[in-house]
Amino acid sequence: MTSQFDIFKILVGSPSDKDFGNKPVIIQGITGSFGSTHTKLMKSYGTNIAAGVTPGKGGSKFDNVPIYNTMQEAVQSTGSLISGIFVPAPFFYDAAKEALDSGIKLIVAIPEHVPVLDSIKVFEYAKKQGAKMIGPNTPGVIVPEVMKVGIMPAQPFTKGNTVVFSRSGTLMYEVSSYLSEYGFGQRLGLGIGGDPINGTNLIDSFELIRDRDDVDSVVVVGEIGGDAEEQLSDYIIKTNFSKPVVAYIAGRSAPKEKRMGHAGAIVYGNYGSAESKINNYSKANVPVAKSPREIPLLLKEQLKK
Amino acid sequence: MRLLEYQGKELFNEYGIKTPMSFLASNIDEGNRGTQLLGFPFVLKSQLTVGGRGKAGAIQKCKEPSEFEPKFNDILNKEVKGELPRGILLEKMVDISKELYLSIFLNRSKRCFTIIASAEGGVDIEQTDNKVMQDIPLDGIDLELANEILNKLNISDNSKSGFVDLLFSLFKLVIEKEAELAEINPIAILSDGSLIALDAKVIIDDNSLFRHDDLKKYLYLSELEIQASKNKFSFVELDGDIAIIGNGAGLVMSTLDMVSDANGQAGSFLDFGGKATSETIYKALGVISELPKIKAILVNLYGGIVRTDLVAQGILDAYKNNIINVPVFARISGAESEKAKQMLQGSRAKLFDTVEEAINAVVLNVNTT
Repeated sequence: MTSQFDIFKILVGSPSDKDFGNKPVIIQGITGSFGSTHTKLMKSYGTNIAAGVTPGKGGSKFDNVPIYNTMQEAVQSTGSLISGIFVPAPFFYDAAKEALDSGIKLIVAIPEHVPVLDSIKVFEYAKKQGAKMIGPNTPGVIVPEVMKVGIMPAQPFTKGNTVVFSRSGTLMYEVSSYLSEYGFGQRLGLGIGGDPINGTNLIDSFELIRDRDDVDSVVVVGEIGGDAEEQLSDYIIKTNFSKPVVAYIAGRSAPKEKRMGHAGAIVYGNYGSAESKINNYSKANVPVAKSPREIPLLLKEQLKK
Repeated sequence: MRLLEYQGKELFNEYGIKTPMSFLASNIDEGNRGTQLLGFPFVLKSQLTVGGRGKAGAIQKCKEPSEFEPKFNDILNKEVKGELPRGILLEKMVDISKELYLSIFLNRSKRCFTIIASAEGGVDIEQTDNKVMQDIPLDGIDLELANEILNKLNISDNSKSGFVDLLFSLFKLVIEKEAELAEINPIAILSDGSLIALDAKVIIDDNSLFRHDDLKKYLYLSELEIQASKNKFSFVELDGDIAIIGNGAGLVMSTLDMVSDANGQAGSFLDFGGKATSETIYKALGVISELPKIKAILVNLYGGIVRTDLVAQGILDAYKNNIINVPVFARISGAESEKAKQMLQGSRAKLFDTVEEAINAVVLNVNTT
């Protein structure tokens, strides 16, 4: 269960690094409408977008970022370990495989509607290569006021010592803005993704920050479907996870057997239901907020304890 | 996409999994033709995508001709959990000596496929302890793994090779057709030891359909769902009278919960995904307008790059072109919100600073009109 994967080292680096806080990132699908819009936004947030890849457009530039035909070339000339994948879902598997074959250690998989079989294959292959995937169907990952790889807006996030893990994009933004309003800045915001298969699931996410002194609390924005929250509650109990945790679950009032927007947000019988998740959280002494706005209030209480 | 039983069985047959002789009928004339082909006795099975058919009386035995018409008509008109059947399957009865359970499902937390097998068929598998669970590597099941499962199941010798074949076939189906679940409950063991699938529950990964032209014929969407999916909206019709529109599945679900906490009832869920423009909101309102039960619309948008004035323009356009004629209560967090408030003045739409205020206002409105 313990992983030696240090996501901060990859995203930000160590103070002794020459490129500390300025690690090179490659964008696959940089010339697409989505990729190009967000490349500009990531750059203006401070992310070092060092290269883009679009087959057939190698040699040209987008917004001063050099474009390559292949990941191999892009990685060789930038030394990047991070790739943000913005290609349409049907092309995701090939793009991810190419990234992993070129030495990428962190894939941020933005596309929605990736077939689960492709997600499992990429997850397995990444594991074999000692790499990780965030997503798919994720808004990405942000180290507030340092850098972001993804599509999240900048203004909800402020730097601090709370971490937000979220299965939903917009809710991650909204919850982070409430946290920021109450003075709970964030060390990291990570979108788990709304799909049934997550390259980095809730337990993996907790492992990333478990032993970090610069993280003092965790907010988990969950939703109906699957058993990620149930497994997380078990993990919190079994491993004596000691940082305060506050949770939220969207979809309490949703009907069963209906997919609520996200591929992963569907309840079968009791499996995936909000009641099951709330019950398990309560066994792990994790308070569950009734609405996003209640999250900072609960966090305040937890931090007093 | 959850397949109907007969569709699942078509896939089973494609992979060499045997099913009883059957005939699909959607009206009484077709049903009568089926009786001539099959002969009595047989079972009438309602074709639904919801569970609990047996308990609801939507599966009935038919032993002689006099029973046929009343039972067929009864099942054809019987709603189960709000769903009417899309056909009745007439299926030959078989002589069962024992029943088994077998399924392969997408194990979300383990990120692999997992087999569940049980020597007790026809039961609710969640309720029984008598079962074997086995994770499968993506490259497939080998004979050793199959035998391991077999040994735990206590199956008689003359059915063993049949069971292993069935296991291989079902896994092949799951991978090749990209199913999230393929369940046979029950499998019947016949007196000669051979195996036959009496039921089929198959769920296909919707996101894989772009590479499965052969499965697209099973897609079954309502007019509204077709309209929503053309616009890349996620849409779910619900029972209440407040339509909820937002950007992001989690945000819309959360809004649904807050409406329900405030004693309101959501009539629809619509997530228009990424970009909020005057066009997306206009199209979303167009989908909602097809639902006559809706008394008010709640819009909840959050995002860094939402231009509130553009959204306001889309709402005004929808009123002007008579797309909608019910009030809109909106919380739109984004740029230019003062301008948007002014634009909406004098219209039936109102902008609120927080989602809580918008919800209170919309619930008060529908509960007093």
